[in-house]
Amino acid sequence: MAAAVGERDATGARRGRFAPYGLLSPGVIWLALFFLVPLASLFQMSLSAKESRFDFSPDFSWKWSNYSDAVSHFSAQFWRSFQYAGAATLLCVAIGYPLAYVIAFRGGRYRNLLLGLVVVPFFTSYLVRTLAWRTILGDDGPIVGLLQNTHVLPENGRLLATGISVVGGLTYNFLPFMVLPVYVALEKIDLTLVDAAKDLYSSGWRAFRKVVLPLSLPGVFAGGLLTFIPAAGDSSTRSSWVAPTTR
Amino acid sequence: MTALADAGTPPIDDRSVGRDQSFGSEVSTGMGRLGSRLLNVFAGLALAYLFAPIFVIVLFSFNKPAGKFNYVWQEFTLDNWLHPFAKSELFDAFVVSLQVAVVATIVATIFGTLIALALVRYRFTGNGLVNLLIVLPLTTPEIVMGSSLLTLFLNPPQPLDSFSWAWNDERGFRTIVIAHILFCLSFVALTVKARVRGFDWSLEDAAMDLGARPMRTFRKVTLPLIVPGIAAAGLLSFALSLDDFIITLFVRGDEKTFPIQIFGASRVEVSPQINVLATMVLLVSVGLMGAGTLRKARRDAARTPS
Repeated sequence: MAAAVGERDATGARRGRFAPYGLLSPGVIWLALFFLVPLASLFQMSLSAKESRFDFSPDFSWKWSNYSDAVSHFSAQFWRSFQYAGAATLLCVAIGYPLAYVIAFRGGRYRNLLLGLVVVPFFTSYLVRTLAWRTILGDDGPIVGLLQNTHVLPENGRLLATGISVVGGLTYNFLPFMVLPVYVALEKIDLTLVDAAKDLYSSGWRAFRKVVLPLSLPGVFAGGLLTFIPAAGDSSTRSSWVAPTTR
Repeated sequence: MTALADAGTPPIDDRSVGRDQSFGSEVSTGMGRLGSRLLNVFAGLALAYLFAPIFVIVLFSFNKPAGKFNYVWQEFTLDNWLHPFAKSELFDAFVVSLQVAVVATIVATIFGTLIALALVRYRFTGNGLVNLLIVLPLTTPEIVMGSSLLTLFLNPPQPLDSFSWAWNDERGFRTIVIAHILFCLSFVALTVKARVRGFDWSLEDAAMDLGARPMRTFRKVTLPLIVPGIAAAGLLSFALSLDDFIITLFVRGDEKTFPIQIFGASRVEVSPQINVLATMVLLVSVGLMGAGTLRKARRDAARTPS
């Protein structure tokens, strides 16, 4: 493991000749064999002229038209995935940013505990959580009842199997992916900058808008990516599960 | 999720030192009284949103459903907790899930930690490529990963053909483990990397100056310092493995893990035992996390003279 004391560069990292590759090889080989190779063969398959993807005879042609076919056949689904994922991402920002802000600036010594609370719900199974949402949003559930009584929903309106429940589920599932990067960005901000802004007679809101917000935007951007990409991939699975009819 | 790895496990140097530590005290971001209150309320509501399903899961583990579906509250009962393993298929699937998670976590934690150590400690060519390679699986939709693995297991291409003995030419427990190691690996590598980044490597030099051999240095100095990070990564990958549904669905063959069993049976039956087992998992993982946090807090308290 620990090689003999070697030379170091400015960052304290060692210059190794063989040791790093030795350390890397098991994991990297695993990733190459079971991630890169299958992706490559998936790509190859995407260009084949076969009717069925379970037909494995070695036939390959550069059939790029598969791609345009896919887009034209499934454009509605693609579009819906992106819409759902986009809505979920925006909601994640709207809910996650204030939460991260409160944890970062007002959490005090409970900050780590609060961050833990954000992650804890995700230690239960995805499917079990989804079943619980079914109970909450179900036709006999408390929320639908409340909304019907207040006439927000029509008499026999429902939430389950609608776009709302899909977006709500996606937002729920990816909220931590937004909160954590935003928290990291906010946490790094040097608060003396805010003091400086106030010394220069900036109001609190203005200081937030001109100092805190721009400095935290990279976190929002990272969170947006972490939310949007998997959400777009996930909405297909989720809609078939929570909302069988919006397929 | 990379950020999860980064944020969930604060690096060793803690920035909070010197900041006001009391809860609720505004750290001079200056906002009106009212606005500030509203913001706190909003954050509370956001946490409530996060915990709503958890509350329902725990509550409904005490429910006595009228029919086969545990969706509507009927009456309180302790039966489900007295007979948590009453549904034998569910329990068997749960055991399979635990087995998969144990094997996958051990392998992924070892491989991932090695990658993280190599990336943090050494400067070498290909550094950037490896960084990219460990992030890529995280940005790949699960459905893509699952289906590409399925095509691999069904029809291994040339270089992998000679490895197919590893999964016995059939899908099942082994292919599930292979897939789970794959997606846990990246999480482990990133988590450990984030934790080890602030590590003071000159401690190793100090140990060796005092005559410790490399192996002893690693065992006595390096390992104890990075173990919390590795443990956090292991816990994370255990949870991920236990929870995985989509990828497992593709590579499982006839094997049934806990989520697969719930999904498969959900058309005929949703039993309260599901909630009991889920609550157990939650309690164990929260307990482990709490123990880790407490231990860290104690150590920090011991370090700072009061």
